[in-house]
Amino acid sequence: MTTGKTIRARFHGRLGAFALDAAFETPARGFTALFGPSGCGKTTLLRCAAGLERFADGYFALGNDVWQDAAQFRPTYRRPVGVVFQEASLFAHLSVRRNLLYGHRRAVAQGANGEIRFDDVIELLGITHLLERSTRDLSGGERQRVAIGRALLSQPKLLLMDEPLSALDRLTKDDILPYLEKLHASLAIPVLYVTHDLGEVERLADHIVLIERGRVIASGLLTEVQGNPALPLARIPEAAVSLDARIEAHDTAYGLTKVAVRGASLVLPEVAGKIGEFRRIRVGASDVSLARNAPAESSILNCLPARVLGHLVDERNQVNVSIGLGRDGAGDRLLSRITRKSWDTLQLHVGSEVYAQIKGVALV
Amino acid sequence: MVPLADLWPPIRLTLELAAVVTALLLIVGTPIAWWLARSKSVWKEVIAAIVALPIVLPPTVLGFYLLILLGPDGPGGWVASLWGTRTLAFTFEGLVIGSVFYSMPFVVQPIRNAFEAFGERPLEVAATLRASPRDTFFSVALPLALPGVMTGAVLGFAHTVGEFGVVLMIGGNIPGKTKVLSIAIFDYVETLQWTPAHILAAGMLIFSFCVILAMMLLEKSLRRAGQ
Repeated sequence: MTTGKTIRARFHGRLGAFALDAAFETPARGFTALFGPSGCGKTTLLRCAAGLERFADGYFALGNDVWQDAAQFRPTYRRPVGVVFQEASLFAHLSVRRNLLYGHRRAVAQGANGEIRFDDVIELLGITHLLERSTRDLSGGERQRVAIGRALLSQPKLLLMDEPLSALDRLTKDDILPYLEKLHASLAIPVLYVTHDLGEVERLADHIVLIERGRVIASGLLTEVQGNPALPLARIPEAAVSLDARIEAHDTAYGLTKVAVRGASLVLPEVAGKIGEFRRIRVGASDVSLARNAPAESSILNCLPARVLGHLVDERNQVNVSIGLGRDGAGDRLLSRITRKSWDTLQLHVGSEVYAQIKGVALV
Repeated sequence: MVPLADLWPPIRLTLELAAVVTALLLIVGTPIAWWLARSKSVWKEVIAAIVALPIVLPPTVLGFYLLILLGPDGPGGWVASLWGTRTLAFTFEGLVIGSVFYSMPFVVQPIRNAFEAFGERPLEVAATLRASPRDTFFSVALPLALPGVMTGAVLGFAHTVGEFGVVLMIGGNIPGKTKVLSIAIFDYVETLQWTPAHILAAGMLIFSFCVILAMMLLEKSLRRAGQ
């Protein structure tokens, strides 16, 4: 897959009482979350990408491959797309195996090279033992895994997932998330992932498109959108930044692991994994405090040099400060939530050198 | 006393008629049911009402209009002239055409319900899995609607076996050609031949009961398999 390929989408029109006027671009690699409250139009946007809804004024392209524009509209079955719906929607009249092969057979017959292999997919999703079952004997989590496998085996060039976990209970969700993470790590095709669950975004997304009332209000790298004080994600109480951290060393005596992000190293409670592996971590804005000088003695393990990149005062006299890690501030971005009094007392401004003290870092 | 051999021709004719009509009804009725289930056309309910008309129309009214349509001056007469006869009325072919109209709602309604029952989702899923609309119809819609199709077939067959008024109007009473079971029973009763009337009537009763029972059992097992 070529890096630098982008997904370009623009849809404008009405569907009943609902108006959609959304345009975004996102790299055609990794997970892009389409995030917003229920009813904001994110599912409609996904259905447009699949060709299941049609607006007269619409454009969608994956790299150079234009699926629709003013002159043409490729129907769903001619788009190399895999869709996972909220409900598994397995075919009731087919066994698990024949469900999985339904799209595979057709895609190969239409000239796809079949590089997403049956054996790999069933192993990745842990459904090898389910193949000969009838779909009605599966649990909710198993059904959704089969649905994901069925979509993958249709050899898509783009995978669309519409809140694939929202119909599942908490335990089943936790059971499926690791499979999605494995997918994320091993899949070469881009994924557009619709969700209203911030936890899923923090855990899975590389890029994010924020949607509100049928409009795109921001899009970009997840950490940049999370860490931009001007955007709504930075203003919610549970604001946080997700970072991909590389495991550097284990300190088994103290039960700690040292990980590296861009511009800094962090210490966190012991993380399973080999040196060099990446883990997604989450740093909450309220867990980051700022100091002008390096504290001489502190119980806080993570005290990192950084630079103030921007800030926004909210109506509760809180200041959301965006900081860049490293003395030059060029590393990963974090968000720090401090009081307006502290902001004034420390005489902070854009460009200030600070020390970020991080009270808690969690794996997601 | 009527020899038993005389009872056979009307039975055979009835079964032949019902088999041909059922086959035609499935071929014609399934696309109509599909269209009625999926179309957003404003004409949809108008067409649905036309298809359903035979349920409320007296068979004699339907038979009367069919007689005109099939007769020498109607389109049926023109069709008949293609192979050199005057009319389709009072022929087996005429009976088939009449029965198709008469039994249509009993086939279309259950199939339409079955198509509507599974909603849009399986069809959308099939489209995302590279199936063309035609492919989707045969590989997803029809198998999912199978219980409804079976119900429609059984009802269409049974209803054709039991029809009387329409047959009397357009078929008359020609032994071996248009004299079906129900007409034969009517004839025997008219001429006070109670024994053959009893035999045929009891046979119809048992047949009808078996058909309904078989249909219910079949539907139940198909539904269980389809869930």
